[in-house]
Amino acid sequence: MKRRHKRIGIIVAGLAGLGIAAFFVANAFKNNLVFFFSPTQVAAKEAPVNRTFRIGGLVEEGTLQRDNDGLTVRFTVTDTAASIPVVYKGILPDLFKEGRGCVAQGRLGDDGIFRAEEVLAKHDENYMPPEAGDAIDKAKHAKEASKSVVY
Amino acid sequence: MNLYKYASPATFYPLAGKMIPWFAIPSAILFAVGMYVGFFVAPTDFQQGDAYRIIFIHVPAAWMGMFLYVLMAIYAGIGWAFNARLASMMASALAITGAMFTLLSLVTGALWGKPTWGTYWAWDARMTSTLILLFLYIGFISLQSAIDDTRRADRAGAVLALVGVINVPIIYFSVQWWNTLHQGASIRILGKPTIAAPMLAAMLIMLAACWFYSVAIVLIRLRCIILEREQNASRFAEVNV
Repeated sequence: MKRRHKRIGIIVAGLAGLGIAAFFVANAFKNNLVFFFSPTQVAAKEAPVNRTFRIGGLVEEGTLQRDNDGLTVRFTVTDTAASIPVVYKGILPDLFKEGRGCVAQGRLGDDGIFRAEEVLAKHDENYMPPEAGDAIDKAKHAKEASKSVVY
Repeated sequence: MNLYKYASPATFYPLAGKMIPWFAIPSAILFAVGMYVGFFVAPTDFQQGDAYRIIFIHVPAAWMGMFLYVLMAIYAGIGWAFNARLASMMASALAITGAMFTLLSLVTGALWGKPTWGTYWAWDARMTSTLILLFLYIGFISLQSAIDDTRRADRAGAVLALVGVINVPIIYFSVQWWNTLHQGASIRILGKPTIAAPMLAAMLIMLAACWFYSVAIVLIRLRCIILEREQNASRFAEVNV
């Protein structure tokens, strides 16, 4: 075997070994590398206790309330399966809206209310002109309206 | 025609010189067209308004950062495995441009994150792995310049570059594998893009501009590296004769 072939063999073997190692490391980290927990995970007690963590999900429609001091806001974060009430005192990002994604960092109280220290808006990967966005919103509302008629 | 003759730095040097304008001029035109389409033709976004327009530089920069890293690692690997001087020089020439694009994607991402998410930075998987990519580039450049003997520097750099390649798929798939603040990909290999056509057009034109720019600037840098190293080689040969 020539030296060059040996060297190429070492490189290929090294890369393959590294790839496998990285795959296992990534797999092991899968559950620990999360940026936020979903309300379902929190309900299943997967979230850390007595420590700050982040929850993420959609701001439930019709739950956003502002207290009289004008700073404290209350809303519910949902992943449609479970939901968590959140209290936050501070300025919300511009993209924070009902029906849109958000990530809140804070502690879960014994009363089941999440006290957020920081609230971030999470937007999705859809980009379109406002007319198209309006059309989709309208269609969604029409669907919800027809649903409420049925029941 | 024997293409292998261009693997010699001395014959590639004039060829690279001839190629540079063919990439530099289209790059300037594409940047102008891409900026125009991005700012005046593409509509505002339904939820982000005009803030989303930073996507036209952010996404091409991030893609180039990842793509150039893989390319750099391949050249470094070829240079190491086949003892090809020109390939190793190419890897060194690519590193700085790749690092620049990665830095640009991080900076534009921070500027985009503040008005939309409400924060400049978050330690989510996508952003952290991109920061690691920048550190890998910086590590490659510093390691190569820290070793005086160029052949040894190339070899050490190649090891680092090849080990670091594993980070690129991690960056790309991070938004699928883990919960991240960063949104998922709007353009997928399978399936329709979730971005309106004029916005996508502006982004792809800007990507092409960045690609042409990279080729031109890397060839210019490669010519400088050839001059620097081959001059040393000939001087070294004279001394030994």
